[in-house]
Amino acid sequence: MTPTQRRWIFLAGAAGLIAFYLWGLSGLPGFGHYPGPYGFIINRIAVGQTNATGVVSTVNFDYRGFDTVGEEFILFAAAAGVATVLRRLRHEREQSATDEAAGRDVPATSGAVRMVALLFTGPVVVMGWWLASHAQTNPSGGFQGGVVLATAFVLIYLSGEFLVFKKFSPVDLTDVVEAVGAGGFAAIGVSAVAMGLPYLTDFLPLGTVPGAVSSSGTIALISFFVGLEVAAAFILIIGELLEQTLLIRQGAS
Amino acid sequence: MTLAVVTPYTVPVGLMDALQITILILVAAGATAVVLIRELVRQVLVLSVYGVLLAVLFLAFQAPDVTLSELTVGAVALPVILLLTLAKIRKREE
Amino acid sequence: MQYFPFIVVVWILGVGLYGVVTSRHLIHQIICLIVVQSSTYVLLLGVGYVTGAVAPYFYDVPLHTPAVDPIVQALALTDVVVEAAVTALLLAFAIQAHKKFGTLDPAELASLKG
Repeated sequence: MTPTQRRWIFLAGAAGLIAFYLWGLSGLPGFGHYPGPYGFIINRIAVGQTNATGVVSTVNFDYRGFDTVGEEFILFAAAAGVATVLRRLRHEREQSATDEAAGRDVPATSGAVRMVALLFTGPVVVMGWWLASHAQTNPSGGFQGGVVLATAFVLIYLSGEFLVFKKFSPVDLTDVVEAVGAGGFAAIGVSAVAMGLPYLTDFLPLGTVPGAVSSSGTIALISFFVGLEVAAAFILIIGELLEQTLLIRQGAS
Repeated sequence: MTLAVVTPYTVPVGLMDALQITILILVAAGATAVVLIRELVRQVLVLSVYGVLLAVLFLAFQAPDVTLSELTVGAVALPVILLLTLAKIRKREE
Repeated sequence: MQYFPFIVVVWILGVGLYGVVTSRHLIHQIICLIVVQSSTYVLLLGVGYVTGAVAPYFYDVPLHTPAVDPIVQALALTDVVVEAAVTALLLAFAIQAHKKFGTLDPAELASLKG
């Protein structure tokens, strides 16, 4: 099938898809005229029931916590898949990182890049922890905080030291941290079952002030574990890709 | 439910409409640009800019949580992963 | 303004699909797949919007201010992070395909035998 033929078949299919989509669109209530009751119900009762002022996080970790467990395990499986697919195959050898660094004639990383990257690593780590631990008050939460934490490790690599990056994030340690994060989330749910309540019920004391960091029971704890897991998953993915790019070579060892 | 309550915290509707229409047009143009570019490194950089535009759109839709996610993932983490893949492929072609 | 965001959604979807169908490099296809995924985020948030309302965070805003729908925001939020990891998995497959077959053209990849 030639490219032009493919293009015409795609345009025919797309015309059909758009026709059905516009027909379905005519039945919608329009942008901004949200009719459904669930959004308004949750907005009204969430703060009273969970003492958390960030309603999106209560939906994520309490009302629809089971869906979030599923999504987190998708993330876990994807990171494990990347680590498996990018393993060292039989006909490849792994060149030691010091050999690679010594034999090449690479221009040194510019001083400005190195200084800015090192300067920002500390604040980025602090911000990542702050985001991961404040799920119940602000627009923050485990997912965002985890990705920001992973970005801090990328900054370490950017300042020119792949060996330092490897030392700070060895594969075994990130594997363990990721497993602790994913398992911790599931374990909190199971411990609710052990107390005779439905899975993932909010059983810790709710605190008195809505919006304090120590309020809202299991939501803060779950968000912390999710932050650990997401950070470890992204560091694992980026570390595997870096190893492939810099260390693994063709040819038998 | 009708919005019969007008508090000092609700947003003036005309300004918000103008902002949303502008950002939506920019997002549509950004998506077209990402698809039509054929050189890969440039496409990754335009994808990063598209991520920032999407983050502003989500902010205009009153969703700060999704803005944070999209900003860190779409403008930083995803381009880093893509550039590392491209470096690995280019190295093999040398 | 009634239906404009949804028109933009189907435009982004169509443009992304066009990129996937007429692409000549596997990495270009994956980047167009990212664009298609982003159209779903815009659709989710567009469905839940309430005109004149604020974000659903009641930290410094009195408790019964009209706010937008928080459920679709929770969906879009986990969506963004998880689909980035799945895209990384796709890229890992592309790297191994390049190692084994030497080319990343979808037309040639389809006709090679393993």
